[in-house]
Amino acid sequence: MSRYFIDRNAKYLVLACASISFIILAAIAIFTLREALPAFQHVGFIQLIFGTTWRPTIGQFGILPMIVGSIAVTLGAMILAIPLGLGCAVLLAEVAPHRVRQLLRPAVEILVGIPSVVYGLIGILLIVPLVRQVGGSGYSVAAGALVLTAMVLPTIISISEDSIRAVPRRYKEGALALGATHWQTIWHVLIPAARSGITAGIILGMGRAIGEAMAMIMVTGNAVQIPTSPLDPTRTLAGGIAVEINYASGLHQSALFAIGVVLFILILVINSIAILAIRRGRRAQDVC
Amino acid sequence: MKIRKGWKWLLFPMVAALLVATFLLVGCSSNITGTITENGSTTVQPLAEKLAGAFKAKNPDVNVVIQGGGSAVGITSVNAGTVDIGAASRELTSADPPLVKSLLARDGIAIIVPPSNPVTNLTKDQVIAIFSGNITNWSQVGGPNKAIDVVAREEGSGTRTAFQDLVMGKALIKADAILQSSNGALKMAVSSDPQAVGFLSLGYLDSSVKALAMNGVAATEENAKNGTYPIVRLLYFLTKTQPTGIVKDFIDFCTGPDGQKVVAEEGYITIN
Repeated sequence: MSRYFIDRNAKYLVLACASISFIILAAIAIFTLREALPAFQHVGFIQLIFGTTWRPTIGQFGILPMIVGSIAVTLGAMILAIPLGLGCAVLLAEVAPHRVRQLLRPAVEILVGIPSVVYGLIGILLIVPLVRQVGGSGYSVAAGALVLTAMVLPTIISISEDSIRAVPRRYKEGALALGATHWQTIWHVLIPAARSGITAGIILGMGRAIGEAMAMIMVTGNAVQIPTSPLDPTRTLAGGIAVEINYASGLHQSALFAIGVVLFILILVINSIAILAIRRGRRAQDVC
Repeated sequence: MKIRKGWKWLLFPMVAALLVATFLLVGCSSNITGTITENGSTTVQPLAEKLAGAFKAKNPDVNVVIQGGGSAVGITSVNAGTVDIGAASRELTSADPPLVKSLLARDGIAIIVPPSNPVTNLTKDQVIAIFSGNITNWSQVGGPNKAIDVVAREEGSGTRTAFQDLVMGKALIKADAILQSSNGALKMAVSSDPQAVGFLSLGYLDSSVKALAMNGVAATEENAKNGTYPIVRLLYFLTKTQPTGIVKDFIDFCTGPDGQKVVAEEGYITIN
């Protein structure tokens, strides 16, 4: 009897398990929105998003500098991490001998598991003084971008490598048979064929970069201003929440939740693009 | 058969995980008696921890839980009733809920630079000019020809609020100042940057940074105590109503002679 009982009810069990994650997501979205509502009502959506002055103690809540700060460090990190990550992925997938790969691949995977606060510490001890040599105080967009580069590299490398490996073998064989060199095959056949997977890896890395708080608080200097040079200090959205939530109350606290809503939307958009990219890639491979 | 076997070991953890997740979502609250909870200002936190230790040494049956969070967290939590005592390193304003204040200690705020900086004294006007961005080079105040990196605390911090009220007055701390979110992080940032200047609770001073004299008065405990050093603020324990029971015992201990001895040992200034 128990066998049939389990059989009949198994789908409800797995459904319940699956709904939990959905409920958590919905609860976070609803709670964040509810807490942010007073800020949107008092300050106004446009004023909040496009205001450039953030002085919560005298009632000025403009988060544009933090939006710009987040985008600046993320873009900086992407400019560095995309070529580096792609190069490393090609090496792992195509160039490196088996033994080298066996050493490098776990090393890359361990990078993912290092807590962000450790990246931040290394940033303070190594990157910030290094940037100070160039100019400014060292706490800067550049320091943030460099630390983020190290943090998103493993994501980009492992997903790109997997998608290069997933390119059907006959593509490579065909290219080589036509007389293309190994490098030409990689550059003109394998990378274009793995494009959607590589894009997905980049976008997931971007998602991680934009949501990073701890490491960014430690190295960007947290000044709320629109940076005009890579050496200027800045504050990211996620960092802004984490820096001030301890001391915030009332409308100030609500404004921090409003930052959370903006961050939520940004990450939603980034993840949707990633899902679309992966889906498009799958369809393209099905056709072939 | 194989499928059924696979099911069985999966079934239990699945149900268990489901139950745990449900409990977490529903949330559960419990209240243990014999425990005093405190949170709030990070300026008060190290002092409160030492006071709790001394109190526990005398009353081994009472458990005192000390947490940080910041002055605003202390005020909100004690008003909401989630902690017995909230700690604040700033005055309550009209925007704050009405709470009962117990004066715990006084604390000076020092202007700090890394030990390598040759500057030893600043006037109050120079400090205001530096932090508001009107003086931007150390040579303007008798130092080397290097840019000044202003390091401050984040908006809402008790130390920043006190610095704003006691020193800056109407002038605002410049927008491109580097902000650190705790006394400890600020001290680290200043000590590692040869061009930096910041402000720090006297209780946190150590040899990694140098406290500057203000208007010729050294930032020491004695000078803060006898009133010659100008940047001194009050630290409070807050309760929702007049303290009773073990909470009253703890606050009386802290404000009494034994507690005030701890206050002095930790580098803060006693209330008398």
